[in-house]
Amino acid sequence: MKSFLSPGTSHKIMNSVLIFSGVLTISVLVIILAFILIEGLPAIDLEFIFGGVKDQGRSGGIFPVIVSSLYVTLISVLIAAPLGVGAAIYVVEYAENRKLVNIIRFGAETLASIPSIVFGLFGFAFFVMFLKMGWSVFSAGLVLAIMAIPTIFQVVEVSLRSVPSTYKEGSYGLGATKWQTICNVILPAAIPGIVTGIILAMTRAISEAAAVMYTVGSSVSMPISMFDPGRPLPLHLYILATEGISLQNAFATAAVLVIIVMVITFLTNYFTQRYQNKMMGNL
Amino acid sequence: MKKSLYELLIENALFLTALLSCFIILIISAFIFIEGLPAIQEYGFFKFLLGNLWSPNDGEFGVFSMIAGSLYVTFLALLISTPLSVLCATFMAEVAGEKVRNILKPIIQTLSGIPSVVYGFFGLVVLVPFIMSHFGGSGFSVITAALILSVMILPTIISVSYDSLRAVPGEYREASLGLGATGWQTIRRVVIPSALPGIITAIILGMGRAVGETLAVIMVVGNVSKIPYSIFEPARTLTSNIALEMSYATGIHYHALFTTAVILFILIMLLLVVVKCIQRRFSLDISGGSL
Repeated sequence: MKSFLSPGTSHKIMNSVLIFSGVLTISVLVIILAFILIEGLPAIDLEFIFGGVKDQGRSGGIFPVIVSSLYVTLISVLIAAPLGVGAAIYVVEYAENRKLVNIIRFGAETLASIPSIVFGLFGFAFFVMFLKMGWSVFSAGLVLAIMAIPTIFQVVEVSLRSVPSTYKEGSYGLGATKWQTICNVILPAAIPGIVTGIILAMTRAISEAAAVMYTVGSSVSMPISMFDPGRPLPLHLYILATEGISLQNAFATAAVLVIIVMVITFLTNYFTQRYQNKMMGNL
Repeated sequence: MKKSLYELLIENALFLTALLSCFIILIISAFIFIEGLPAIQEYGFFKFLLGNLWSPNDGEFGVFSMIAGSLYVTFLALLISTPLSVLCATFMAEVAGEKVRNILKPIIQTLSGIPSVVYGFFGLVVLVPFIMSHFGGSGFSVITAALILSVMILPTIISVSYDSLRAVPGEYREASLGLGATGWQTIRRVVIPSALPGIITAIILGMGRAVGETLAVIMVVGNVSKIPYSIFEPARTLTSNIALEMSYATGIHYHALFTTAVILFILIMLLLVVVKCIQRRFSLDISGGSL
């Protein structure tokens, strides 16, 4: 390709363009976050975190909403983690048929590409109506679990594949069976990947609003049993904002949500880093 | 002998978990199709697909304007965020130093976890009034939704492209620089072409999130079921149609929303196939060409 600029000049120009667009993009994102936090943080106090929702959210706190969020997230991870990890173990360690592996992978990819509102619609028709579970944190947890399975499967598959085969051979050489090898050698070595997969699924579950909209009800009372309705944080934010209930409480709810996600990401990074350092030190 | 039976049991249990994803897909598609079928039978598939009028009270269920709305918003969002995020990823991977990179990486990671509703809320309180006062109209428009979606998918595209740029072997860069190429020539002719399959995967992921996003779009797009002819006109997407009307739909209207989901399903599969074809062509170009 001909260019009217000398290579040196275009290098200098493009370098500035790259730096400029990098700084611009990241500033835009950081400014949005900062805006939410600056507007929301002043409204957050202990009463807001631990108080009940009053007057549809116009006043009072968001404690039942936080509990609903944690409840649905916990249910979804408890169901999805064993299933996703199990599927990954089968594909990496047991499956001999390439065609079967491709079918399983295709299934996970397709599941991952379905929009969350379609999961919500399915959850409403299947769990809420057909299986008569009603609007409940359990119905919502099941829908979020279905969404989480492909994420966990894909991340764990990669991390299982990266376990060196010498580990496995060493274990077999000592007379361990396949399952013993998996439990005692392969899974511990793949822990950082497994944790990352589960945390990624958790962050998605806690941020999801469309999939829970028609499965969890939108009750603002405290969910005690699994079959009580609830209203997770993102849904609460959506309702406060679109129905014009309270701008201030919407900002505060958004800030709480952002802080939860930031804390989860920070802790994950910290622990996977530490774990990796420890593994490296032992080897 | 007992032990091998135990091992066999475990293997079969794991096999079942592995097949679960496929099984779930089958149930979901079967359910959505069966629930959507009555609307197709009563209203006609092509009338549904190509009809321009959506008015449940009058028994009209044409979703064409929403297909147009979904595609319009998604492509506009990709048009804005693809160049920005690929340049940003290139900056992080090729130009920035180790220190800057170690600061930016966790920031991007955190940003990709921010719930889409938060971005939608930001759009509602900041961007909608801004568009309204500077460009007229109500502020709820295709461009508002596209801007919010592009911001939402930026971190996803950046982090996946960044990983694939970093995975390009250092020898490639050294060889190119050793031949006297400048840094930019190396990036443009060597690094980006080698990382292209990963970058395209990143864009697909972003596209998937943009097409499927529901509530953040509802908050800023205006939700008028009419084909948008300008970027400042309001629109309605397939996803928002389902979320907006599900709470009160009954009878054929209820089934029509499931049919909307079927159309959305087909649209996403089509986009995936198109992108896979492009991806295959690009990777052929690379392996047959410069490498």
